[in-house]
Amino acid sequence: MNIRRILIALALLFVFLFLVLPLAAVFTEALRKGLGAYFATLEDPDSWAAIGLSLFITAIVVPMNLLFGVCAAWAVAKHDFKGKSFLITLIDLPFSVSPVVAGLVYVLVFGANGWFGGWLLANDIKIIFAVPGMVIATVFVTLPFIARELIPLMQAQGSDEEQAAIVLGASGWQVFYRVTLPNIKWGLIYGVILCNARSMGEFGAVAVVSGHIRGQTNTMPLQVEILYNEYQSVAAFTIASLLALLALVTLLIKTFVQWRQHKAEQLLTQGLS
Amino acid sequence: MPHLKRLKQQRVMPGFGLTLGLTMLYLSLVVLIPLSALFFKTFTLSADEFWLAVSSPRVMASYRLTFGAAFIAAFFNLFTGLLLAWVLVRYEFPGKKLVDALVDLPFALPTAVAGISLTALLAGNGWIGAYLQAWDIQVAFTPAGIVIALIFIGIPFVVRTVQPVLEEAEKELEEAATCLGATPWQAFAKVILPTITPALLTGFAMAFARAIGEYGSVIFIAGNMPMVSEITSLIIIGKLEQYDIAGATAVAVVMLIGSFILLMVINLLQAWQRKRAGMKS
Repeated sequence: MNIRRILIALALLFVFLFLVLPLAAVFTEALRKGLGAYFATLEDPDSWAAIGLSLFITAIVVPMNLLFGVCAAWAVAKHDFKGKSFLITLIDLPFSVSPVVAGLVYVLVFGANGWFGGWLLANDIKIIFAVPGMVIATVFVTLPFIARELIPLMQAQGSDEEQAAIVLGASGWQVFYRVTLPNIKWGLIYGVILCNARSMGEFGAVAVVSGHIRGQTNTMPLQVEILYNEYQSVAAFTIASLLALLALVTLLIKTFVQWRQHKAEQLLTQGLS
Repeated sequence: MPHLKRLKQQRVMPGFGLTLGLTMLYLSLVVLIPLSALFFKTFTLSADEFWLAVSSPRVMASYRLTFGAAFIAAFFNLFTGLLLAWVLVRYEFPGKKLVDALVDLPFALPTAVAGISLTALLAGNGWIGAYLQAWDIQVAFTPAGIVIALIFIGIPFVVRTVQPVLEEAEKELEEAATCLGATPWQAFAKVILPTITPALLTGFAMAFARAIGEYGSVIFIAGNMPMVSEITSLIIIGKLEQYDIAGATAVAVVMLIGSFILLMVINLLQAWQRKRAGMKS
C-alpha cells in the first residue's frame, strides 16, 4: 500500500503547485494593499466599462451559440445523413484554430483593406476595432462548447422517446419542448456555463480585433493586460480576481450538474432493474 | 419488399431540414467563409514573398520555440495526467472531490489571469520564484516560463480523456494477471497500459494542439525577446501592428496547417480508441 500513498502524495503536490498556488496568488496579489485599494479599483469608471462590455458581449454570444448548439445537436444526433462525421469535425474546428488566428481572420474580412472594408467604410460602419468585431470573434472561439456537450448526450439517448411522442400526435415543437428538453437540461446548462466562462475570459481573439480603446473596447481580460503592463499590479489582479471568482463559480456549477446527471442515471438504472 | 424499404427511408423525426440548414448557414458565416479569407489573402502573395514571410530567422526561431515548448509541456502532462487520472479513479482520499473539480480550473480560468498569476508566482520576488532565485534558477521571462504556462493550460486534457477509460477498464483482468503471478508493475504495463494508450495519446495530442495556439497565458511570462522567447502567435500580432497584414496571414496559414494536421491525428487516434473499446465488449 506504500505505492498508493506515494502516488496520492505526488498527485496532491502537483495539484497544489500548479492549480492551488496560482489561484491563491490571484486573490493575495489583489488584496496586497488592502480592501480599500481593492474597492477603489472596482469603482474606477474604466473597470466598470470593461465589466459592462464583457457582460454585453457574453449576453449576445451565449444565446447565439445556444441556438446553434441545439440546432446542430438535433440535426446530428437525431438523424442519419452522409457527411455527418465531417460536420462534427467542422463544428469542432474553432477549438483547433489559435485564438490569434481567429481574430486575424476577421481583420481580413472586415478590416480597412479586407473584403468588405471599402463598403463598410463608405457606409460608416465599424466592425474591426469596435464592439461588433469583438462579438463575432467571441462567437467563433466559443462556437463548439454547447454543441459538443449536447451531441454525445443526445446520441446516447437515441430518439425512441421522441418517436413515441410523434406517433401519439405531438407536433415537432411539442416533442422538443416536452420530451427532448427535459432530457438534455443538465447538459445544456453545463454547455452554457462553459460557453459563458470562455466568452467572459477570451483574450487572444478579442485582443486582435479590439484596438484597445479604453472605456470603449476593453473587456475585463484586456483591462487586466493594460493595467498589468502599466505596472498597476494590484489593480490588474483586482479585475483578475473577479474573473477567477467566475471560474470558481463555473467549476461549482459544473460539479453540481455532474452530480445531478449521475443521480439521474442511477435512478434510471434502478427503475430498469 | 420495395414498399417496406421506402417506409424505412422516410424520416420520422421532424425538423431535419431546418436544423441542418441553420447549422450549415451559421458554420459558413462564422467559420468557413472567414477562414477561407486566410487562404485567399495568401494567394495574393507570390511564392517568394510567402517563403520570405514564413521562413525569416526570427519566425523560424518562433516555430522552434512554440512547437518545442508545446511538445515538452504536453509530454509532461502525459505523466501527470495519467497520475491524476489513476489516483482519482483507483484511490479514495480526503479532498478527492475537490481535486477532481480543480482539474478543470485551466478550462475555466481566463488565460490572461493564469498568465499574470503564474508570472507573479515565478518572478524573483514571488512565492516560488524567491526559492528558485536562491538556487540561481530563473523561470519567469525565459522559455522555461513558457513551458510552465503551457503545462498549466494542458492539465485537464490527459486527465479527462484517460479517466473514463480507466473507470471502464475491468478490474478483473488485472486481478487475474495478479493471481497468475504478475507483479503489480507487470499487471499495469501489460494489462492496463495497452487499454489506455489510445486515450493517453489523444489527450497528449489535444494538449499539444492547444499549447501551440496558446497566447494569453504565455505573453506575460515569456519576456517576449525576439529569437529567444517570442512565440509564433506574438509574431502574428507584431506583424499586424506594423500593418504587414499579408505577412501576418502567411505565418497564420503555416500555424493553421500545423493545427489541421494535429486535428487529423486526433481524429485517427479517437477512431483507434473506439475500435479498442468495441473489441473489448
